[in-house]
Amino acid sequence: MKRTSTDVLPGEGALGDEPLLAVDNLHVEFHTRAGTVRAVNGVSYTVAPGETLAVLGESGSGKSVTAQAIMGILDMPPAVIPKGEIRFKGTDLLKLSEEARTQVRGQRIAMIFQDALSALNPVFTVGWQISEMFRVHRGMSKADAMKKAVELMDRVRIPAARQRVHDYPHQFSGGMRQRIMIAMSIALDPEVLIADEPTTALDVTVQAQIMELLAELQRESQMGLILITHDLGVVADVADKIAVMYAGRIVENAPVYDIYKAPAHPYTKGLLDSIPRVDQKGQDLYAIKGLPPNLLDLPTGCSFHPRCPYRQDNCVTDVPPLYEISGTRGSACHYWREVLDGERQ
Amino acid sequence: MASGSERILEVRDLVKHFPLTQGIVFKKQIGAIKAVDGVSFDLNRGETLGIVGESGCGKSTLAKVLMALERPTSGSVVINGRDIAKAKGGELKRMRRNIQMVMQDPYTSLNPRMTVGDIIGEPYEIHTDVAPKGDRRKRVQDLLEVVGLNPDHINRYPHQFSGGQRQRIGIARGLALQPEIIVCDEPVSALDVSIQAQVINLLERLQNEFNLAYIFIAHDLSVVRHISDRVGVMYLGKFVELGKDAEIYDRPAHPYTQALLSAVPVPDPEGREQRERIILQGDPPSPANPPSGCRFRTRCWKAQEICAEEEPLLQIRPGTTHESACHFAETHDVVHVS
Repeated sequence: MKRTSTDVLPGEGALGDEPLLAVDNLHVEFHTRAGTVRAVNGVSYTVAPGETLAVLGESGSGKSVTAQAIMGILDMPPAVIPKGEIRFKGTDLLKLSEEARTQVRGQRIAMIFQDALSALNPVFTVGWQISEMFRVHRGMSKADAMKKAVELMDRVRIPAARQRVHDYPHQFSGGMRQRIMIAMSIALDPEVLIADEPTTALDVTVQAQIMELLAELQRESQMGLILITHDLGVVADVADKIAVMYAGRIVENAPVYDIYKAPAHPYTKGLLDSIPRVDQKGQDLYAIKGLPPNLLDLPTGCSFHPRCPYRQDNCVTDVPPLYEISGTRGSACHYWREVLDGERQ
Repeated sequence: MASGSERILEVRDLVKHFPLTQGIVFKKQIGAIKAVDGVSFDLNRGETLGIVGESGCGKSTLAKVLMALERPTSGSVVINGRDIAKAKGGELKRMRRNIQMVMQDPYTSLNPRMTVGDIIGEPYEIHTDVAPKGDRRKRVQDLLEVVGLNPDHINRYPHQFSGGQRQRIGIARGLALQPEIIVCDEPVSALDVSIQAQVINLLERLQNEFNLAYIFIAHDLSVVRHISDRVGVMYLGKFVELGKDAEIYDRPAHPYTQALLSAVPVPDPEGREQRERIILQGDPPSPANPPSGCRFRTRCWKAQEICAEEEPLLQIRPGTTHESACHFAETHDVVHVS
């Protein structure tokens, strides 16, 4: 594999104990006229090669902002990163020059966006947009780059790729457009792929196709995959480990099997309990009461306390740290023991 | 769930084609999008019929035709013995009181320049004889209370509410004329996961309270199962399977239903490697030019010659207890296979 001018980054294989990608105590704020929106408040997670990390959270939980910070595509200003590190193979990306970051972006870390129709440029053919990766980053000729684009479209299983490479995004169905997004993102063999709600806009049958494709590509190339989603079903299907986000913090992280068996944070537990189950038919569903908090005015102490059934007095005043439950698990709840032992609804 | 035996909605051979035209001055029809192409079902008082299917299968067009927002190409929609598809003028207006709708997106379906009171009270402006003028404000406040909102917020604007609260406003507007049928078109899919359960509980409570019948259109199959008494599965403008919720989910007979159910991710990682997955190839064909015979045959693993020649009718097939439209219908439990 030929890599051009990425000398600013450590060489291959010199990983040591350092994970492939590590987000460490990241903070992101947006300075707006209405005040400071604290979108991400100290998020840490790691991804290893070939591993799938699912970042689970509702809208406004900061899951996408974290991903955009990793990619370096936040608009700054209004966004500010006051603290934190994003280490890719040991190098803090936030300290790199813009030029060096451009080398990382797309080549080493790539991203798939939720809405393929608005992420693709409507006035260029898909072949042009895929081959742009090779022209810009690899300096290939137009003809060679176009050949590579056809190969990639074959790889993501778009039928009749040789003809369709000259079509425009609107001529493809939603699932096919998402395949084109995937083709663009894997064009330069990235080591980390961030998929931000890659199947939310798609039907379940197409979702199954796309998730299978991602899993296969990941097996072939041993990419680290960060899957950002709010769908508990998709997570259970593909994730190795999960980070649950709420109001800009990670409230629970754990291997996938542990979290579904026994959640250790009231929010995770509430989400799992509110999934309709067959034996609950005709009964009320468990519902987390209240609303997600306003990021302009976060509750004191634990951000979840106004909605929490386990709340005690100190939850209102003390921000819970991420308590270590075991070597691979953590929960940001003062009363995680009670939650862990508690009955599932 | 109360499911009285009184039938309030009868849909027979409902067809809605949208013409495809060519030419600007002299338009000539060169084909039709067959959005809904022969749908029949009944709905009883207090019952919920769930409708599932992929995007483009005609679910939302069906909803619009039921509401008489679109005129059907042919077929009938009989509500309490009268055909709304043929009704006009004052009669249509009166019939519409009985069938109301809750829209998918609470962010775009509420007018941002109207207060909540005006939005929920607007049905009374149109149907003036339902509530006398002096009584309307009180009625709106009652409705706000019924859907779990603060009646004092009557003068607020939609942007002052969260997504879940806005959907409650939409539900209150649907209830204003005391309809017997409410068509819910993806009522929770735009909401956050932690809010969805609240809205579903509300819909169920209202159903019990007012003995409402729901047509519940959604793509989240677990939500549909939770709320529905019967479920219809749509593919390219037709029902391919129709039955009680347990029949559809535990004993699906049509290959498309089986594929659809197996594609739904199960929120439990236990045994995920062994789970059966039927992954359909390709996309649904265009409704402008559906395949001959069975419409699903182009993606079906059971397809044989007869499927291209003869269209399978929606009927009870040997070995099954509910209607399905497949020549080779065979119950197969895809979800619980371990």
